[in-house]
Amino acid sequence: MTVLARTVEATRRYGDVLALDRVSLDIRAGELVGLLGPNGAGKSTLINLFVGLRRPTSGVVELLGGSPSDPVRRRGIGVTPQETGLPESLRVAEIVDFVSAHFPDRVPKEELLARFGLDDLARRQVGGLSGGQRRRLAVALAFAGNPRLVFLDEPTTGLDVEARRTLWEGIRSFHAEGGTVLLTSHYLEEIEALAERVVVVAGGRVLADDTVRAVREIVGVRRVSFAAAELPELPGVVGAERHGDRVDLVTTDPDRLVVELVRSGASFSDLEIRPTTLEEAFLALTSKESAHV
Amino acid sequence: MSSLVVAHTRYLLLEQLRVPISLLAGAFFPAVAMVAFVVPFAGSDPRAATMATGSLAFFGAMSGALIGLSITVAQDRELPWNPYLRTLPAGPAPRFAARILATLAVTVTSMVPVLLVAGLFTEATTTPPRLLLGLGAVVAGLVPFMLLGLFIGLVTTSKAAIAVSQVLFFPMAVLGGLVMPPQILPGFVQAISPYVPTRGVAELLWAITAGSTPDAVALVMLGVWTVVAAAAAAWAYRRDEGRRFS
Repeated sequence: MTVLARTVEATRRYGDVLALDRVSLDIRAGELVGLLGPNGAGKSTLINLFVGLRRPTSGVVELLGGSPSDPVRRRGIGVTPQETGLPESLRVAEIVDFVSAHFPDRVPKEELLARFGLDDLARRQVGGLSGGQRRRLAVALAFAGNPRLVFLDEPTTGLDVEARRTLWEGIRSFHAEGGTVLLTSHYLEEIEALAERVVVVAGGRVLADDTVRAVREIVGVRRVSFAAAELPELPGVVGAERHGDRVDLVTTDPDRLVVELVRSGASFSDLEIRPTTLEEAFLALTSKESAHV
Repeated sequence: MSSLVVAHTRYLLLEQLRVPISLLAGAFFPAVAMVAFVVPFAGSDPRAATMATGSLAFFGAMSGALIGLSITVAQDRELPWNPYLRTLPAGPAPRFAARILATLAVTVTSMVPVLLVAGLFTEATTTPPRLLLGLGAVVAGLVPFMLLGLFIGLVTTSKAAIAVSQVLFFPMAVLGGLVMPPQILPGFVQAISPYVPTRGVAELLWAITAGSTPDAVALVMLGVWTVVAAAAAAWAYRRDEGRRFS
């Protein structure tokens, strides 16, 4: 399959902060890739490298066979502006015209507006739009130039359910016609609804790059905690922490872990099993290599 | 390429036109000054009235270039729309060209009320070729002020840009003789005046409107200011790019 965008060992620093740490990633034609990670994980930095807003400190970033800083390459991509920054005084149709003027292959304005449920709002000034309408306009702009590859950064954060479904439909239909999408979110639910492939990023590194189902299993972990002086060797532990006499274990299989704990004969008390938040799941993934107490 | 310049210019002008008060502001003060001072005191003297018209017309145009441009550039840098524009397939040239064209359009429009007051209520006279020549001098004279506006907008926040550009604007206008003829200003002002960029432009405009001989020092200094302002704006642009987009 054709690779539309890639990074090879891309590292990005901001002063002392390491935002991306030797990330290698291929985005192939026709994929719908979800980029999942907590805030500050490096998702936005990765997108900024792909769309030419930032350069890597070291490593390579390629876009459509060239450099993202080459405007000609960027003719093949679509990017979503932050809806808070849309020019307030312009009308919806004027903004679409302005953005479309940059692309040789344009989606007809009426068709684009209809696809995102904006056809009645063409004459409205952006200042008078609701938050959801602004968001739909912002996402619509990414599709104005008939792109091969679209970057959507948190497309539905803060939207109500109906507006979210409308947007998801727009993204799905683009993908169904062969379009490639790289989508960021910190909602697992959104990634599950749209993406086929998930890349989990945290601390500037790719922690997992797999199908939605596989990542779902990794992040669907539980936290088992209890008080114990000694800890026996236990199966399926992906993260472990000790706070005083309490042990916190993050595991993919809590049932088996408890069975093994009992079987080991170690004395313990105050057993507690809780579902983990996505954040904790990320932490578990991050500390996977150093999972010992 | 040129269609992108059109698209960007159209966009910037639409933004300006939707907030017409910003257009009026540039035209208001010079037109009022015409009515309050020039019409009663110099209105019947064709030479003085024509010279004053040239000075005040440039006063308005200069406020659009220096104050207007510095504020819009500083504001744009603060909006998330600005990084989005950089992801569109265009280099910086169309946006830059459009910015200059839109500023010129606004500033030239802001001179219309002054010219109307002069034509209707004073003895100021001109001929079409002279008017065109004067317009050319205004556009050329605006270049260093647009560059200064860019420089201020690129190194300051929008709130600071308002203050800094105004602080620079009024002294330069007064020292250059745009508000009052330099001959009636105090001696030390007359001594500084030729070294201020506004004086060079004023000399050009007076030469065109009244046939006076322009002061050589003032013209050379206008050239020097243009080069310095261009270097400062280029430096500020690279610094801003390096901070936000490298």
